[in-house]
Amino acid sequence: MVERELVIVGAGPAGMAAAISARESGITDILLLERDQCLGGILNQCVHTGFGIEYFKEALTGPEYADRFIEKIKETPGIDVSLRSFVVRLTREKVLTYIKPGTMEDIKAKAVIMATGCREKTREMVRIAGTRPAGIFSAGLAQKLINIEGLLPGREVVVVGSGDIGLIMARRFTLEGARVKAVIEIQGKSRGLARNMAQCIEDFDIPVYFNHKISRIYGRDRVEKVIVVKVDENFNEIPSSGFEIGCDTVLMSVGLIPENELIEAAGVEIDRKTGSPVSKEVNKTSLPGIFCCGNSFKIYDLADWVSKDAALAGKMAADYIRGVK
Amino acid sequence: MIKRLTCIECPKSCLLSIKIENTRVAKVSGNECPKGEKYAIQEIENPMRILTSAVLTEGLSLKMVPVRTDKPIPKSKIMEAMGQIKKIRLKSPVKSGSIIAENFLSLGVNLLSTRRVS
Repeated sequence: MVERELVIVGAGPAGMAAAISARESGITDILLLERDQCLGGILNQCVHTGFGIEYFKEALTGPEYADRFIEKIKETPGIDVSLRSFVVRLTREKVLTYIKPGTMEDIKAKAVIMATGCREKTREMVRIAGTRPAGIFSAGLAQKLINIEGLLPGREVVVVGSGDIGLIMARRFTLEGARVKAVIEIQGKSRGLARNMAQCIEDFDIPVYFNHKISRIYGRDRVEKVIVVKVDENFNEIPSSGFEIGCDTVLMSVGLIPENELIEAAGVEIDRKTGSPVSKEVNKTSLPGIFCCGNSFKIYDLADWVSKDAALAGKMAADYIRGVK
Repeated sequence: MIKRLTCIECPKSCLLSIKIENTRVAKVSGNECPKGEKYAIQEIENPMRILTSAVLTEGLSLKMVPVRTDKPIPKSKIMEAMGQIKKIRLKSPVKSGSIIAENFLSLGVNLLSTRRVS
C-alpha cells in the first residue's frame, strides 16, 4: 500500500490553506485529494466580492481568492494534487480509499486532514408541506447553475431563509433578469451579514418578510405558488395570517451542515445536533491524527476565517507527524 | 436630517449615522474605520457598486468565466451593464485579471476576468 505522511481531503479554502501551512511547517510528502476537476471548491461559484478583506486586506471575488492559494500550491514542491479523486472510505488506522477515473486506490497516511466542507439543508429538513414539483433548489445549487453552468433556473423566485447565500442569490437572480418576489425569514432578523441585507436586498427593493414562514408549496409539474404565514415568537403559525405568492422557483437558504460521513464511519464522535466533530479544540477530532477543518469542522461566516483556522490545522498535523516519527 | 446606512465595505457591517445638511454630508459616525466615512459620502452623493457576474464562452475549458468591474460603477448603471455582459461571448483564453472589455459602457472602468480559462 502506498504510504504518505499527510493526506488532505478536499481542496476548497480549508484544504488548500491546510496544505500550504503543513508544507511551511516542514512536511514534504503531502497528497491533496479533490473530487472536482479543479482546485478551489465552492469559491469558484462565488463570483461576488467580499473575500479576503481580513486575510489579504483587499476585497476579492471567490475565484480570485481561490487563485491566490492555487498559484501557491502549484509553485510549491511537496504538495501533490490529485483531481477527480473521490474518497469513499477512511479507517481509524488512517487508511483512505479513493476512486478516480479508471482506478481505485488505497493509501496509508501518518495524519489525515478532512476539509470536506458542508452541505445545504433541504426543504425536507425544514418540513414544508405541499407537493413535490420541479423548481425547488438550494441556494448554492442555483448559484452553481447560474455562475458555472450558465443556466437560469427560474423567473419568479421566492427565497426561504435569509442566510448569506440566499441573499447573494436574490441579487444574482435579479441581475439576471428574474424577479425575486420575497425573502421569507422565520426569525425576527436576518441570519446573513448586515452588509448583504444592504447590498443584495435593499439595493434592489426586494421585499423581506421577517417572522414569516412558507407553510405550503403548490404546483403540479413546476412550482406555481407558495403560502406564506406569520409566526409568533415560538414559531407557531398565526391563524388566518396566510397569503399567497405566485412563483415558479423556491430557493432554500436555511442553513448548512458539516459533511463528516467519512470520519464518522472511521469512528470519530460527531455531535448529532450540529454535525461537527465533538472536540474541545479547533480542528481536532476524537481520533488522534485525524484532523478536521473549515466548514466540515464548524460552519464559518467567512472564508477568511476558514483559511486562518485551516492553516492552524496544517501546523497541528505537522506537529503530530513529527511527534509520531 | 440623520440617515442610517449599513456600511458594505467589510463584513463588520457598521451601522452608520449620517448627518445631512443641504443635501451634503456634514458628519458621519458609527464607522470603525475611514472606509466607512468614504462609503457614506459616496452613498449619499452618488451610490457606486462593484459589479460581478459571469460571461458565456465559446470553445473554452469552462462554459462561464466570472467577471468584475475593476472599479465601482454608478448603481443606476447596473442593469444596463448586465445587458452588455449578457451579450459578450468570450472566445480566447484569459488569465485572472485579464481585460474582457475596456472602458466598459464608457464609464472609465474595465471589465476583468476573475478566473483563468484555457
